[in-house]
Amino acid sequence: MSYTTWSFVALIFAAVLLYYLLPKRIRWTVLLCASVIFYAAGGGWYLPFIAATVITTHIAARAISKMASRAEEYISLHREDMSKEERKAYKAKEKGRRCAVLVAVLVLNFGILAVMKYTGFTLNAVNGLLSAFGRGVTVPVPDLLLPLGISFYTFRATGYIIDVYRGKTEAEKNIFRYALFVSFFPLVLQGPISRHSKLAPQLFEGNSLRRENITAGIFRILWGYFKKVAIADTALVGVRAVISGEGFTGMYALYLIIMYSVVIYGDFTGGIDITMGVARLFGIRLEENFKRPFSSRSTQEYWNRWHITMGSWFTDYLFYPMSVSKPMGRLTKRCRTRLGKGIGMRLPVYLATLITWYLTGLWHGAGWNFIVWGLINGVIILVSRELEPLYAKFHKKFPSLDTQKGAYGVFCAVRTFLLMGSVRILDCYGDVPRTFASFGSIFYRFDTWKDLFNGSIITNLGVGVWQYVFLAAATLVVFFVTRRERDELACDKLSRKPVLWAVACTALIFVIVIFGSYGIGFDSNQFIYNQF
Amino acid sequence: MKKRLIISSAICLAVLIVSLYFAQALLVPKYVSVSPEGALTAEYYAAADETSHDVLFIGDCEVYESFVPAVLWEKYGISSYVRGSAQQLVWHSYYLLEDALRYETPKAVVFNVLALKYGQPQSEAYNRMTIDGMEWSQSKVDAIIASKTEDESFLSYVFPLLRFHSRWDELTGEDLEYMLDRPEVSDSGYLIQTDVRAAEPDDLAIEGSPLADYTLPKESMAYLDKIKKLCDDNGIELILIKAPTNSWRYWWYDEWDAQIVDYAGKNGLAYYNFIDEVEDIGIDWSQDTYDGGVHLNVYGAMKLTEYFGKTLRDAHGIPDRHEDTNMSAVWSGRVESFYSKLTDNIRED
Repeated sequence: MSYTTWSFVALIFAAVLLYYLLPKRIRWTVLLCASVIFYAAGGGWYLPFIAATVITTHIAARAISKMASRAEEYISLHREDMSKEERKAYKAKEKGRRCAVLVAVLVLNFGILAVMKYTGFTLNAVNGLLSAFGRGVTVPVPDLLLPLGISFYTFRATGYIIDVYRGKTEAEKNIFRYALFVSFFPLVLQGPISRHSKLAPQLFEGNSLRRENITAGIFRILWGYFKKVAIADTALVGVRAVISGEGFTGMYALYLIIMYSVVIYGDFTGGIDITMGVARLFGIRLEENFKRPFSSRSTQEYWNRWHITMGSWFTDYLFYPMSVSKPMGRLTKRCRTRLGKGIGMRLPVYLATLITWYLTGLWHGAGWNFIVWGLINGVIILVSRELEPLYAKFHKKFPSLDTQKGAYGVFCAVRTFLLMGSVRILDCYGDVPRTFASFGSIFYRFDTWKDLFNGSIITNLGVGVWQYVFLAAATLVVFFVTRRERDELACDKLSRKPVLWAVACTALIFVIVIFGSYGIGFDSNQFIYNQF
Repeated sequence: MKKRLIISSAICLAVLIVSLYFAQALLVPKYVSVSPEGALTAEYYAAADETSHDVLFIGDCEVYESFVPAVLWEKYGISSYVRGSAQQLVWHSYYLLEDALRYETPKAVVFNVLALKYGQPQSEAYNRMTIDGMEWSQSKVDAIIASKTEDESFLSYVFPLLRFHSRWDELTGEDLEYMLDRPEVSDSGYLIQTDVRAAEPDDLAIEGSPLADYTLPKESMAYLDKIKKLCDDNGIELILIKAPTNSWRYWWYDEWDAQIVDYAGKNGLAYYNFIDEVEDIGIDWSQDTYDGGVHLNVYGAMKLTEYFGKTLRDAHGIPDRHEDTNMSAVWSGRVESFYSKLTDNIRED
């Protein structure tokens, strides 16, 4: 069930109505039923996969929690009989047992994700190698369908069990309540990857009906549809034409960098706005996933503002544990001895950074383009860090140049936007050599610029002048609204101003209905991040 | 706060509904100078209010380009109407007939059999041109359900704005001019074509390519059964016809024809295949077609109408209504309108 179908609208309407009609203590069951319906509507065969994740992580979390309590109980009972060393040894042994359970369930769940998502890619790579070495054999590649939202719910569930193992969150006793945390329907398709400690209390609280939640939720949903259906899907027409057309290089590659940024921003942030708005209708506030990413002055800053919950997941559950792991400690020691303190200290961190970005790329999709995308992001961040002393010198020499203000601030934001956009086109083409060839053509295919001025770009790409005018106007509206969201979200501000709220909602509905790219001839059902 | 929210929401909702109503009126295709065949379905209702019709022609382009009700009246006093539209499939014809019976009960229904070759919905654009103009009734609901292609939604028929919203960047002066009121484009369902484009000798020499299976689809034949039953239940004579064409592009195979002959024989229906009677009608493929033999132009249509009118009168007893003063008054206006449009079209050509 996609966000852009009437059945989704009907599901939300029915769920909200039932939620507030039922007694508070059982309101969460409405959310669970809605989540099951939402998931089953996407294809009944998906259910066993998400059920497997729910069951295995629930059992493991309960086991880890019980083992930890038993160990604590045992120590408190035998505190007098055990020496400090014995207690330490017992704790280590118990931790090892809990760790074994954790590792087993992580291997199982990441295994399911790996098999379903990466089998085809891996076997195709094997076949490529076999062919390169002249072997006349090919391994058959099974055509596996990816379960709906598997990357998102696997991360949510594994994040939860790691938190339980670390003692950061309590293990949920009721499997159905836990099933709701994993499958909460607004989060299934594209996140955010919420943490149990923040989401679960809101899910089970039985929130009261509050006017500001309903008004803020409605506005945020409409705002999301506006960004997705009116902006992203309109810009997508030109993007698709460049990708599928022949010879659209040079100026067209630059067009792609800019327009695909508009598409992915509208599509992903629009989808997240709808998610946030739907959750808000039930009184649930999810963590923000975006904080004006295109105003970032550096790559590092960009990744702190874009898909925030994914970034923090990788940081908390991969980068930090890897950086402080024993093997990395040994490597640091060895590098420091052999390469000196400076580079010896940095090298392991850089290795952890590159591994994290490699896996971030792989998480986005099973393809070389995603792997290269991840690695390039990692390299850019590392190069930026290496150049930091140079930046510092530069700013010392030109103290008036402030990255947060004035023309230099705009320059930094535009530079980051173009840099990130250039890397992002790996996602468009899905083909690494073609992406590099297209990007490179910007610097020598100057003949293509004439198409911008003689009107050929309009006929070649199928996006009319008025559509560009609309896109420019709509993008400006988004720009100014998000600029004013620094302190408080627009939906929260408007929920206190009923007249303005009603006018804004009316205007948004009108614009979505008239200017939205939906219906015959459009394919607005698919959100780009659904595929991840 | 709560009161202000309710009042402002109600006002904004009212503004939204009115705005969307006018937006829809502006954005739906007007079918006046471009694709006028899309306007045919809607024009019937005003005509049915004016007077009753003894003969209803139903079918695809081969009826609205082949029979001129004004000529039928002028020559034989037969009051008739053409309920045809572009690629009108058999189920469209069935539901349009069912719809027409809410207003009148003709003595004869003349059904053109070409569309029987289609067993499945074909084109969203043609669905819209046939169905959008229908007034809301159970027949329209059933027509939408029977006709819609995989990509179409029922809701987009209820609110055509959902289908045509993307026309905002291709609006013309005509969209504004005919936003709330459109001119009549047909003459009792007949669409005048005055161009002459002779059938090319090469075109005439080509025959339809062989088919793997010549059996007419069971889905379309089932709807023919339903049309027959509807006629029987209402005491209407069903007459089957095949309009004359001379092009491989719309080839009518002998094998299909044999099935219709067989069906007509078994059900006691009259069937006229005018392809076999082109010489008797007097059709000249170098003069009487506007598109190389696919359809008749007005000159061919007038010949065919005059020819078939005699059959309707003599073989099927359709009465001469010239004595009916009310009807005569209505028809004199329609005949005048037809010749006036014909003259205008010829002048423009």
